[in-house]
Amino acid sequence: MKKKSKLSSVYLVLVFLILYAPIFYLMFYSFNSGGTMYHFEGFTLDWYRELFEDTRLLIIVLNTVIIALLSAVISTILGVAGALAIYYARRRRVKNTLLSLNNVLIVSPDVIIGASFLILFTIIGIKLGFVSVLLAHIAFSVPIVVIMVLPKIEEMSTSMIYAALDLGASRWDVLTKVILPYITPGIFAGFFMALTYSLDDFAVTFFVTGNGFTTLSVEIYSLARRGVSLNINALSTLLFVFTMMLVVGYYFITKRNNRPNGLGVKQ
Amino acid sequence: MKSNSRNLYLIPYIIWIGLFVVTPILLVLYYSFFDIEGHFTIDNYKKFFTPVYLKMIFNSFWYAFLITLFSLIIAYPTAYLLTKTKHKQLWLLLIILPSWINLLLKAYAFIGIFGTYGAANSFLEVMGIGSKQLLFTDFSFIFVSVYIFLPFMILPIFNALDELNPSLIDASNDLGASPWTTFRRVIFPLTLDGVKSGCQVVFIPALSLFMLTRLIAGNRVITLGTAIEQHFLVTQDWGMGSTIAVFLIIAMVLIMVLTGKRKRGIL
Amino acid sequence: MKQLTRALIAVLIISLILIITVNKLNSAQGYSGGNTLTIFNWGDYIDQDLIKRFEKETGIKVIYETFDSNEAMLTKIEQGGTSYDIAIPSEYAIDKMIKENLLIPIDHSKVPNLKYIDPRFMDLSFDPKNKYSVPYFWGTVGIAYNKAMIGDIEITSWDDLWDPKFKNQILIVDGAREVMGMSLNSLGYSLNDTNEKHLIEAKEKLDLLTPNIKAIVGDEIRMLLETEEAGIGLVWSGVAQEIMWENEDVEYVVPEEGSNLWFDNMVIPKTSKNPEAAHQFINFMLDPEIAAQNTEYVGYSTPNKGALEYMDEEVISDERFYPDEELTSKLEVYENLGKRMLAYYNDLFLEFKMHPK
Repeated sequence: MKKKSKLSSVYLVLVFLILYAPIFYLMFYSFNSGGTMYHFEGFTLDWYRELFEDTRLLIIVLNTVIIALLSAVISTILGVAGALAIYYARRRRVKNTLLSLNNVLIVSPDVIIGASFLILFTIIGIKLGFVSVLLAHIAFSVPIVVIMVLPKIEEMSTSMIYAALDLGASRWDVLTKVILPYITPGIFAGFFMALTYSLDDFAVTFFVTGNGFTTLSVEIYSLARRGVSLNINALSTLLFVFTMMLVVGYYFITKRNNRPNGLGVKQ
Repeated sequence: MKSNSRNLYLIPYIIWIGLFVVTPILLVLYYSFFDIEGHFTIDNYKKFFTPVYLKMIFNSFWYAFLITLFSLIIAYPTAYLLTKTKHKQLWLLLIILPSWINLLLKAYAFIGIFGTYGAANSFLEVMGIGSKQLLFTDFSFIFVSVYIFLPFMILPIFNALDELNPSLIDASNDLGASPWTTFRRVIFPLTLDGVKSGCQVVFIPALSLFMLTRLIAGNRVITLGTAIEQHFLVTQDWGMGSTIAVFLIIAMVLIMVLTGKRKRGIL
Repeated sequence: MKQLTRALIAVLIISLILIITVNKLNSAQGYSGGNTLTIFNWGDYIDQDLIKRFEKETGIKVIYETFDSNEAMLTKIEQGGTSYDIAIPSEYAIDKMIKENLLIPIDHSKVPNLKYIDPRFMDLSFDPKNKYSVPYFWGTVGIAYNKAMIGDIEITSWDDLWDPKFKNQILIVDGAREVMGMSLNSLGYSLNDTNEKHLIEAKEKLDLLTPNIKAIVGDEIRMLLETEEAGIGLVWSGVAQEIMWENEDVEYVVPEEGSNLWFDNMVIPKTSKNPEAAHQFINFMLDPEIAAQNTEYVGYSTPNKGALEYMDEEVISDERFYPDEELTSKLEVYENLGKRMLAYYNDLFLEFKMHPK
C-alpha cells in the first residue's frame, strides 16, 4: 500500500510539473536583461519597472478581468437555467435538439463566431466595445457551463424532487434548497471553465471589440508581428502570482471559518 | 410538475440560443451557398468533397481522436489521485490555473522548450538518447494540444469521482473483487457521465484546432480549423469557410447523438 | 446555496471595484469624449513617445487600437462599428479598400510634409498619385540565412533554396503570395502572374522543395531564426533586420531573380469622424525628425528622404535594407489579382502545405 501511494504522488507531481513548466519558463525570462525569450543574459527588473509605468496596459488588464468575471457569472446563471431546461424537457427529441444547439458554439471555430457576432451586433446596433465584448463572452461561455452542470443534475434522483414537492415545498424551495446545493460542484466547475474561456479568447474578442476597448489577448496577439516584449512576461508573472495567492489564501481562510467547505465546492 | 412552470428555465436559455446560436447558424448556412464573388452556387459543397478536403477531414478526426484519447489516459488517473489528496479542491484549482495564462505565450514557451537547443533536448542529451527534432512533429503537436485540453478533461471526471459513494467500493472489495474488477465494474461505469462530458469538451473543439497547427506543428498538420481560418481571414472566401463550418456542426450533432445513445432517457 | 450567494456577491463587488478603478484611470488619461483621434495599427509599430508628443502639441487625444493581420483589419473597417481615423494597412489591402470605397481621399494641401517622401515610393500602381495613402514604411521579401549554420555558402538566388544539401533547413512564412511568388520568380515569371499553367508549374516546383522545408510558420519565424532552429528563412526585410540585431551570423539577401516590394501606408478610413485630426497626424508623422525617431524605434526602412539626414550613416548606407535603384527596379509590388485569383493562389498553397514530406 505504501509503495502505491508513493507511485501516485510521483505521478501527480509529474503532471503538475508539466502543467507549470511553460509558465515557469515565461516567468524565468521575465527577469532576462537580454530582451528575448530564449537567451538569458542577466538578471533585471527593468521589465517590471516598464510595466508599472504603462497605464494603458494596466487599463487593458483590468478590462480583461472585469469581462472575465462578469461574463463568467452571467453565463453560469444562464447555463444553469439551460441545464435545468434540458433536464426538464420531457421529450427525448427536444432534449437532443437543445443539446445540439448548445454545443454549436463549442464546435464552431472562433473566427466564425467572431465574424457572425460582429455582423449580428452591427445589425442590432450595439455599439462595439465593453458591452459587445461582454455579450460575446457570455454567449460562448454558456455551453461549457451547461456541459459541466448537466451531468450533476442528471445524477440527482427525481424522487428527491418529488419527495420535496410532496412535503409541500414550493418550486422555488425545491430549486434553492434541493437542486442548487446538490449541483454546486458542477456550478463552480462551470464558472471556472467560463472564466478560462473568457481569459483565453482572442479571435472572437478581436472582431467584436472597438472604440478603444481592448483585452489582454488581443493586445498580445497584435504584438506577435514585432515580437512579444518581455514586459508581457512580467505582466503574466505578476498576474499568475497574484491569482495563485488569491486562490490559496481564500481556500485556507474559508477552510478555517467553516470546516467542511473549501472554496464553496462541495466536499 | 406543470409544464408552464417548467418553461421558466427555458425563457433565458431560449433567448440565448435564438440570438447567439440560431442566428449564426443561419448566417453560416446562408453564406455557404455563395461563391467568392457573391453569386449563388453549390460549388462550395462540391469542392468540399474533393480529395484535398477529404484528407483534411480525415486528419482532423484522427488528431482530435488522438488528443482526446491521450487526454483521457492522463486525466483519469490524475482526477482519481486528486480525489485522494488532502486539499483536493485546492489542487483541482491549481490544475485549472495554468490555463488562465495566454495561449500564445504558452505556445512560445513550448517552442522554446521543444526547440533544438531547448530544455527537452538537453534532457534527452543527459539521458543519453541524444538530441532529436521535437518541434514541428506530431509528437509535440499532440503533447501541446493535450496540455491545453487536460484541465477540461480532468474537471468533469474529478466531479464524477468525487461524488462516488465510497461504500460501493468497500462493498465491492469486501465481496472479494480485485482492484481491477472494482474499477472496471464499479468505478468506471459510475463515472461514465463525467468521462463522456470530458470527451465532448475535448473532442469537439479539437476538431477545429488551428493556431497550434502552425505554431507547434509548423503547418505539417492541416485540419479543418486551419482551412476555415484561411478562408475567413486570408482569401475572405466566407462561402467556403462557412461550408466547412456547416460540416463541423453536422459532425458535432452526429457525435452528440451517438455518444448519447446508450444512456437511458437523457442525453 | 449560501456558498453560491456568497460567491456571487463577492464576484460582483470585485467587478464593481475594478470598473470604478478603470473609469478613474480612463478619465485621468483624458479618454472621455471630446477631440479624439482613433488609430488602428499593427502592434508595437510606432514609437509611443511620438503619440504623447502629438497629443501634447495638438491637444488631440489619441485612442490606439491594434490588429494582427490586414484581413482582420479589413473586416472590422468594412463592418463599421468603430470610427477609425487612421489605419496602416499594407499595399494590397489599400488597393482593395480603394475599390470598395472605404477610404477618404487625402487632401495634399493639408499634408505639406509629403514633399519629404522619396519620389520612388510615390504614385505606385496600388494607389496612383497617392490619392488615398501616404507611405509609412517599406521593405522587400528575401532570404535570411545563417552563415555559421549552413557553411560558407553565399545564397544569391531563389533557386539556391532547392539545393538538396539544405534538407530540413528552411523555414518559410505562411503566406500564399510570398511563397507562390518565390516559386514564380525562380521560374522567371512575374509574381503577379495569372496564367494558370504558370501557377501550376510553380506549385509543382514548390512540391519539390518540401524535403528542404522544416516548417511553414507565422510571426514566430523571427524567434526561430534567431535561436538557430533553422539556417534559412523566407522573410520580410523588416523581420530580417530584427533577426540580424539579435544574431550576427545572419545575413539577408534579396534574390537576383527579383522579389516583392511591400509598403505599409497611412490611410483615412471612410468611417473617420475627425479627418481634420487625421491629416494633422499624417503630416506630423512625415516630419523628417519625427519620422527618423520613429524609424529608429521600429527599425524598418523609411520612405522619408528628409528623415535620412537625421539617421545613422551606417543604417542608411546598408544596401540590404536601403537597396539602390537598380535593385528596386527589379522588385514588383503585389497587384490586386481579384478575389478569384487570390483564392486560386491560396488553394494551390494549401495543396502544397498538404503535400507529404
